[in-house]
Amino acid sequence: MKKEDYKDYVEKRAKKSPLLKNVTFAFVIGGLVCMLGQLFMDLYLYLQIDKQTASTLASISIIFIAILLTGLGVFDNIAKFAGAGVSVPISGFANSISSQAIDSKSEGYILGVGAKIFTIAGPVILYGILSGTIYGVIYYIAGLWG
Amino acid sequence: MQKEIIKLKRAPSIISSYSVVGKKENDGPLGDYFDEYSDDNKFGMDTWEKAEGEMQKRAVMGAMKKANLSDTGVDVLLSGDLLNQCVGSNYGLLDFNIPYVGLYGACSTCAEGLALASCLYSGGDFDVCGTVTSSHFCSSERQFRFPLEYGGQRTPTAQWTVTGSGAYILGEGGKVKITEVMLGKTVDMGITDINNMGAAMAPACIDTIKRYFKASELSPSDFDLIATGDLGYEGSEILIDLLFKDGIDIRKNHNDCGLMIFDRKTQDVHAGGSGCGCSSVVLSCDILKKLEGGVYKNVLFIGTGALMSPMTLFQGMSIPGVAHLIRLER
Repeated sequence: MKKEDYKDYVEKRAKKSPLLKNVTFAFVIGGLVCMLGQLFMDLYLYLQIDKQTASTLASISIIFIAILLTGLGVFDNIAKFAGAGVSVPISGFANSISSQAIDSKSEGYILGVGAKIFTIAGPVILYGILSGTIYGVIYYIAGLWG
Repeated sequence: MQKEIIKLKRAPSIISSYSVVGKKENDGPLGDYFDEYSDDNKFGMDTWEKAEGEMQKRAVMGAMKKANLSDTGVDVLLSGDLLNQCVGSNYGLLDFNIPYVGLYGACSTCAEGLALASCLYSGGDFDVCGTVTSSHFCSSERQFRFPLEYGGQRTPTAQWTVTGSGAYILGEGGKVKITEVMLGKTVDMGITDINNMGAAMAPACIDTIKRYFKASELSPSDFDLIATGDLGYEGSEILIDLLFKDGIDIRKNHNDCGLMIFDRKTQDVHAGGSGCGCSSVVLSCDILKKLEGGVYKNVLFIGTGALMSPMTLFQGMSIPGVAHLIRLER
């Protein structure tokens, strides 16, 4: 059997991930995460905090909960079902950093945690900043022409 | 001249074996038959890497105790694991005063170790050879995939690395003999998905089995069991299907160590177990005991390994497989 034929054969017979189930879970749980964020936002607004600060605090609250659940060893069990529902919101970003930090602790705080903490989140940060910068430059030049 | 099957002139017997596993393995269908298990997956250590070494140490000590041997009674120790530079073995076996050889064959290491130890024994210069392999879910996950607490989803073809270590002492006086050895050739059929290692290893296993039956002029029905380790569900299905198309029918007497160690329905392991601890503990606690008890008389044991590293995967290189075969007879 040729390599190409074998790859086709393998791909055809491999059981696919349950798409409908995964998408449904991600949709529902992702929605719940966003709703939780909104609840925090409303709470902070109720406490007379200005809108911009309340919005930041809502994100920080979700980050805190995600990191706490990661540390307690619960987040990965939720993510097994929720998938993108918890990994796309800021909770996923928090988990990718905190799980790596916990994992690297055995190699010390400098060469372990310090050097490896952004292993998973690094690409998001790098290309996020890069695309933001490019967008900013274009926005600036477009503004010059008025 | 390259030999296909090495028919051992002086066939060693397996004097003793010992298996050590983690909690999930002990909760599986073979739970009652392992020699030792720990609820604490760190085995009393402070890192996963040390835990893996500790398992090896306990396995070797257990096997030596069963065989009534001290360090000086063992001529050589062949050992391997999945970690970079084989650190599980290197550190785990530091306390033994026995000449040491490190091996890497991924999940095929158990068969590789037994094959090489048999050849050393057969050559006449070694009378008692020890071989041990291990894998640990947590140390492997860190090295090959993601941090343990990272939230992700596995695909149905992904395999679960077994936490376990199996040790064997080969020499004179055991009931089960290793009579033939066939070393595998590396085969790469272009699979790049680390979550489908069964498919990456199956072609190497097919190559070894086909070469064996051609050279030996035997057929699958001559054996009570053809055990592979560890192709998991996906790899096993591919193996059976493609061999059948080539006129070799192993449907009746094939089993895979990755399928035997876990209950795929209840243990959330997707395609089954993997890692060089998997076939090692299954051979020790199940296949060998059935050979010793007379349930089996003639068994082919084929270790299959996926020989990639995270670096080669990122570079887009495909996963080569290898499959080493030994024949066990009572």
